[in-house]
Amino acid sequence: MHALIIDDSRTMRAILRRTVAALGFETSEAGHGREALDLMEGGLVPDLCLIDWNMPVMDGYTLVTRIRAEPRWRGVTLMMVTTEGTHSHIVRALAAGAHEYVIKPFTADAIVDKLRLLGLLEDTRAAAPGHLVVSERVLA
Amino acid sequence: VTISEADFRYVAELVRVETSMQYDVGKEYLVRARLQPLARSAGEPDVAHYVRRLRADAVERRRAVDALTINETSWFRDREPFRVFVEVMLPRLVEARAGRRELRIWSAASSSGQEAYSLAMLCEEHLPAGWSLDILATDVSEAMVERVRAGRYGQVEMNRGLPATHLVQHFRRVGTEWEVSQRLRSVVHARQLNLAAPLPHLGTFDVIFLRNVLIYFDQATKRGILGRIQACLSPDGYLVLGASETTLDAPDRWTTERHDRVSLQRPSPTTPTTPAVRAAADRASATTGA
Repeated sequence: MHALIIDDSRTMRAILRRTVAALGFETSEAGHGREALDLMEGGLVPDLCLIDWNMPVMDGYTLVTRIRAEPRWRGVTLMMVTTEGTHSHIVRALAAGAHEYVIKPFTADAIVDKLRLLGLLEDTRAAAPGHLVVSERVLA
Repeated sequence: VTISEADFRYVAELVRVETSMQYDVGKEYLVRARLQPLARSAGEPDVAHYVRRLRADAVERRRAVDALTINETSWFRDREPFRVFVEVMLPRLVEARAGRRELRIWSAASSSGQEAYSLAMLCEEHLPAGWSLDILATDVSEAMVERVRAGRYGQVEMNRGLPATHLVQHFRRVGTEWEVSQRLRSVVHARQLNLAAPLPHLGTFDVIFLRNVLIYFDQATKRGILGRIQACLSPDGYLVLGASETTLDAPDRWTTERHDRVSLQRPSPTTPTTPAVRAAADRASATTGA
């Protein structure tokens, strides 16, 4: 499993890297949306993208819409990890094609919970009912 | 810095007397971790001074017991029991209760209410229109009961296991917190209740979630609780325990039904089912602990 971490804060990237690496993910990092797209256009197809909202050059919301517009990246799971915590931000991100949303501040457990929901951790033989809803609504 | 043996014994005994919950030797770190923030907010320099204060201060004792009986929880905790609720229990109950169109669920030891509200969300999605739903959430801690009634959660709690689609559907942002929708709050009723004591009249439930609670009690108390719980459970209802908990190998009273990793406990067919007989059995189990 490969996770691409997109955040303009080096500290936040390090926190997320440590969290998902401990779960067995390989990781790559990008400081903004454009850099992430460059990596993916260069051939990197991650299983998971952890995406901040506010970043220079290209923000996370735009990145989500760009990734979702490409059929070849349909299998990539997108999770926002951001301080933007209003109801409308979450609705917009889900409508654009994000699968999950974590609002900062978060605990490492929260990331683990969400990855389980998304079926990206081993004991996910039976995902939560919510996961099915997410898949149907967002991917259909 | 740890808690002295005498202080630990005093606190463990306090919690045992008030709630029947057991803090065994080896849990000193946990008691210390739970009491430290209380000591600080009470203006005491350390846990030792705080425990000294507990001996004389009833209000603070209540606060300490609350803090020591709170369980960590999350939305759709352990996920599997909720899947089995939607895929197995709910369809069967909808069929069996088609005439009455009523469902009653009890989240016993509800802590801050995530289990009760998780069930409410699933019922809203999966229960056919026109059904009446009542979810009782009980906890030994009055502070927790108040939290369930308020239905407000901080950001860190919201991140724990709640799918984003459920968040946007069922919550609204209020300041730095999120508030459960009025719809869900109207079906979840919270009250303070000590499972280890005789129960008030609660009526009959179709499903009872009693997870990660029995582990805190000794065998006799467990038996008493299971007896009282069974008296409140419909003969065709379901009891859901925590993954590591059992009904104490009492096949004469409980039948286990397995669905993958989830065990559902159901009253054994031989179990007395008329209200009077069940009440007698309940009294017997309450007094003898058998």
